Amino acid sequence: MSASSASTPGETLPSSVVHAESQTEIPWRGPSFGLTFWLSVICLVVLATAAIGAGWLPLRDPLETDFLHRRIPPNSHFWLGTDQLGRDTLSRIIFGARVSLSIALAASLLSAFFGVIFGLPAGYFRGRLEAGVVGASDIVLAFPGIILALLVAAYAGASLTNLVLVLGFLGIPGYTRIARATTLNFAQRDFVTAARAIGASHLRIMMRELLPNLAPPISAIMVLGMSRIIVIEGTLSFLGLSLPPPAPTWGNMIAGGVSELAFHPAISFVPAGVMFITIFALNVIGDALRRASDPRDTAL
Amino acid sequence: MRIMGRKLLHLIPILLIVTFATFALLNLLPGDVTLELLGSDATPSAIARVRAELHLDDPLAVRYMRWLGQALQGDLGHSFITGEPVMAALARSLPVSIELMALSLLLSLSLAVPAGLLAAYRAGTFIDKLLSALAAMLLSAPSFMLGLLLMFFLALTLKWLPAVGYTPLSEGILGNLRSFAIPVLTLALVEWPVFMRILRSDAIVTLQQDYVLLAKAKGLRSAHILFRHVLKPSSFTLITVAGLTIATLIGGALVVETIFALPGVGRLLIGSINSRDFMMVQGAVSLIAVGFVLVNFAIDTLYSVLDPRVAR
Repeated sequence: MSASSASTPGETLPSSVVHAESQTEIPWRGPSFGLTFWLSVICLVVLATAAIGAGWLPLRDPLETDFLHRRIPPNSHFWLGTDQLGRDTLSRIIFGARVSLSIALAASLLSAFFGVIFGLPAGYFRGRLEAGVVGASDIVLAFPGIILALLVAAYAGASLTNLVLVLGFLGIPGYTRIARATTLNFAQRDFVTAARAIGASHLRIMMRELLPNLAPPISAIMVLGMSRIIVIEGTLSFLGLSLPPPAPTWGNMIAGGVSELAFHPAISFVPAGVMFITIFALNVIGDALRRASDPRDTAL
Repeated sequence: MRIMGRKLLHLIPILLIVTFATFALLNLLPGDVTLELLGSDATPSAIARVRAELHLDDPLAVRYMRWLGQALQGDLGHSFITGEPVMAALARSLPVSIELMALSLLLSLSLAVPAGLLAAYRAGTFIDKLLSALAAMLLSAPSFMLGLLLMFFLALTLKWLPAVGYTPLSEGILGNLRSFAIPVLTLALVEWPVFMRILRSDAIVTLQQDYVLLAKAKGLRSAHILFRHVLKPSSFTLITVAGLTIATLIGGALVVETIFALPGVGRLLIGSINSRDFMMVQGAVSLIAVGFVLVNFAIDTLYSVLDPRVAR
């Protein structure tokens, strides 16, 4: 039961997939960021700016109900229409973006931080530490994450902190794997041997030699992870298990319109569209970054 | 066989950890658990029943062992709300979930196999790019979004299918399938892009093999080459990934059952959470965890049967 035998099953699959995929990009021209990439960046920048500056923008109060203007389709006055209680959809989407984006960012940072803390030493020191880390992350991975998130939201309450903690926790094994695999790859390189030869300590090698090399793949995974978290948070709040109702979240906006779907589809589909664009943009950017940071393509 | 036995042993700690974690989460409820569970206007007899059922005066580990002992004998306790045995409720809803997930997986694979092979065969062409773009868009749509979209178009606009509701199998297979149609399509579309992409990547590698060139040289039809020569050697990763997506499938089933009012385990779980029926929640989560771990085990085994090198 050596460490390497414990690690192989998880190892064989992703590397073969990635390898096969890199062969499919027949004419590889280096990391090219096309039109879709830049459009995605623009979308996200606009959304994030609006979310950060929501307080200063001339928006209606997202909680203010107006029973004379209910279920209004998008027009010049209400740019994205109003919902079943007459609340302004545009304003709710922007305030909802605050929730989704801040949960996604905070949880991703949390996962990435602990993922590197566990994964880097596991890949560097190998041995029993590695077996333990891999085993522990396999246990977390061996459970449908949404169920755990659901339980925590139901039992401990769906506060911002709890959501960030549980979604951050669920993300750790993914980052641990990437951090460990990347470290394994770099720990054999000459510059690490050289650093060791001049007497650098383990800590220094990990912090100064290996950590900077982890940054590109980890940041790519963070972008993809944020899109995943937005999906999970959206699902939870669609099911009524994220921030409680008066607070606008994309999921509860969409859920609120379900009973009106036949006659006023905009109530659900406008926030759904914004959510879709956000997830799509994050996926496009994350994929591009991942391809650009793939050591098989760049480290020649 | 020995390796299977060892893997089976690995399952036990995972199952224990998962069920214990669920059990321990009950302790996260703030304040007096019985009042939290039953509400502040609970009758004394109800409080007494819950206290007895939870053995609240014992330490957590003792309570868990007792629950586990009873669970192993098939007794998962009773619903706090209706008094119905949890086991009976689960037995009622499990077939619905299994039918939903099995049909979705089947439909998804039968859409992904031809699409993946075609995309690989025509790699780099318009049809390949079209399929990839479609996959990228579907990957960005959460299951509840796809479900609502399909419900809006297929049920509310075109009125081809019922929007919500469930017809049991006993009332005719056609009505049953009609009530499953949109939920199944939703889940199938969620899974499809993952399967399609994986098969495409693997099939592109297989297509470069000499024996495929030979088959082409012999003048065999493309469809024959793809399905008879390329599919099997390209499908190992697909099968593993199909197993790994069980988690997505369970999460998706949860959402889809809730949207379309299918009386499966997912809807039971969400309903029990909303009504704070925690004995039911505990039972449903344990069932999902056990099912999930067992399915993963089965996939592992299947994989080593297909590719003996894995079983070393």
